[in-house]
Amino acid sequence: MSPFAYRKPAALDEALALAGPGARFIAGGTNLLDLMKQDVLRPKLLIDITGLPLRGIAPTGDGGLLIGALVSNAELARHPEVLRRYPLLSRAILAGASPQLRNMASTGGNLLQRTRCYYFYDTATPCNKREPGSGCAARDGLNRIHAILGASEHCVATHPSDMCVALAALEAKVVVAGPEGERRIPFADFHRLPGDTPHQDNNLEDGELITAVELPPTGFASHCAYLKVRDRASYAFALVSVAALLELDGGLIREARIAVGGVAHKPWRDSEAEVALIGQPPVEASFHAAADILLRDAQPLAHNGFKIELARRCIVRALSDAIGGGRP
Amino acid sequence: MNATATDEDEGRFAAHAVTLTVNGQRRQVEIQPWVTLLDLLRERLGLTGSKKGCDHGQCGACTVLVNGHRINACLTLAVMHEGAEVITVEGLAEGDALHPLQAAFIEHDAFQCGYCTPGQICSALGLIVEGEARSADEIREAMSGNLCRCGAYPNILAAIEQVLADDERRPE
Ligand code: FES
Ligand code: FES
Repeated sequence: MSPFAYRKPAALDEALALAGPGARFIAGGTNLLDLMKQDVLRPKLLIDITGLPLRGIAPTGDGGLLIGALVSNAELARHPEVLRRYPLLSRAILAGASPQLRNMASTGGNLLQRTRCYYFYDTATPCNKREPGSGCAARDGLNRIHAILGASEHCVATHPSDMCVALAALEAKVVVAGPEGERRIPFADFHRLPGDTPHQDNNLEDGELITAVELPPTGFASHCAYLKVRDRASYAFALVSVAALLELDGGLIREARIAVGGVAHKPWRDSEAEVALIGQPPVEASFHAAADILLRDAQPLAHNGFKIELARRCIVRALSDAIGGGRP
Repeated sequence: MNATATDEDEGRFAAHAVTLTVNGQRRQVEIQPWVTLLDLLRERLGLTGSKKGCDHGQCGACTVLVNGHRINACLTLAVMHEGAEVITVEGLAEGDALHPLQAAFIEHDAFQCGYCTPGQICSALGLIVEGEARSADEIREAMSGNLCRCGAYPNILAAIEQVLADDERRPE
């Protein structure tokens, strides 16, 4: 690691005032320190935010749940209200990382995880995300784990988080504080597609800090499923993962949400695929039709073509699981 | 640091005073911010039980308990643990009496080279404290953050299962 200075502010204002070029906030540090050891990131100042009062989980006025940015992934996954009302979120979190990492990793930090593209980590190769303008080594390199949707000629990286796939399906909001005050970003607008600025993973402005994640009142607790497929049984990033939420009414689908992980630069949702399910019976034929719509523009690279069929099957299976797969 | 160091460098190289409790002993150290908890334990405090396998959070050999929770000591800065209670494998035995997990690992031959073992044992202790894993499948999943390149997994599982079973039999 390159040397850096360290500060631990006691208040939010103080933390925001310390932010600036070369500075980074640190909480769990599980991804940031890894990237610093690899020399991918070389901050001059780390601002330790673990002393800020952002550890609460509290109901919101409209019946939702406000989760402080410093709540650990482990604590969030086993919180009684999350288990009862948002079981999808708990399952997605527990599908990710290891118990040790989940004890360290924070809610805010999970949203800010960087891609695990090999070339992003390997400073000897070009990468537009790490070094804008240097090129993308993955496009013509080893790209088995890379994106099939929403990629650009500049970047084919995927977002690695499981938790974010659930938050996308649940339509959470990201609460951020910055020099201009507080704002709430709908989850779909938080992460970005790579386009020609793949170095920007998300739409946070300079100096902004995530202070909380807000869950809406509806958690689809009766019909939800999280399915993750990876190269080993546990402790690996998703090749494909699917969060499926259904609302049934008189034997027909009233509302459907499908978020897919491991396939794009952000959790992938497609409103046309979801709308196509409304009014349909919850049977495999309906799910296949929705999967076809969601994957209609999928583009394989040299080594990841299998992800298209895998995603199709995972979507069908997750939706099927969701019918019976609610809260125990 | 050389004679031409700038003010900024002074700030960057500044050491921080940190006080933490390691295996019940209060320790006070002056450390630079980039020292990981693992390096503090091994290099500064002479506690080489916790191992550095990958140094990237991928193997679990560095697992210790901090304030009762198992974490990867390689992926956390020591400076961020002011006031923390740290337990390493060195802190488990009571004098000559091995911790039940240590005894069970020996009884079940739950290692070959032994390099992963301190991390496995600390992780298993974390698992027991969490109190969530019971079945063999649940234990396997809850131990997924600890790799064993010698492949002692079946025996590691047997050792943990035995300690959990003994705990259940023991009167409250
Ligand atoms: S040394 Fe920490 S996880 Fe491998
Ligand atoms: S005993 Fe050798 S790595 Fe586990």
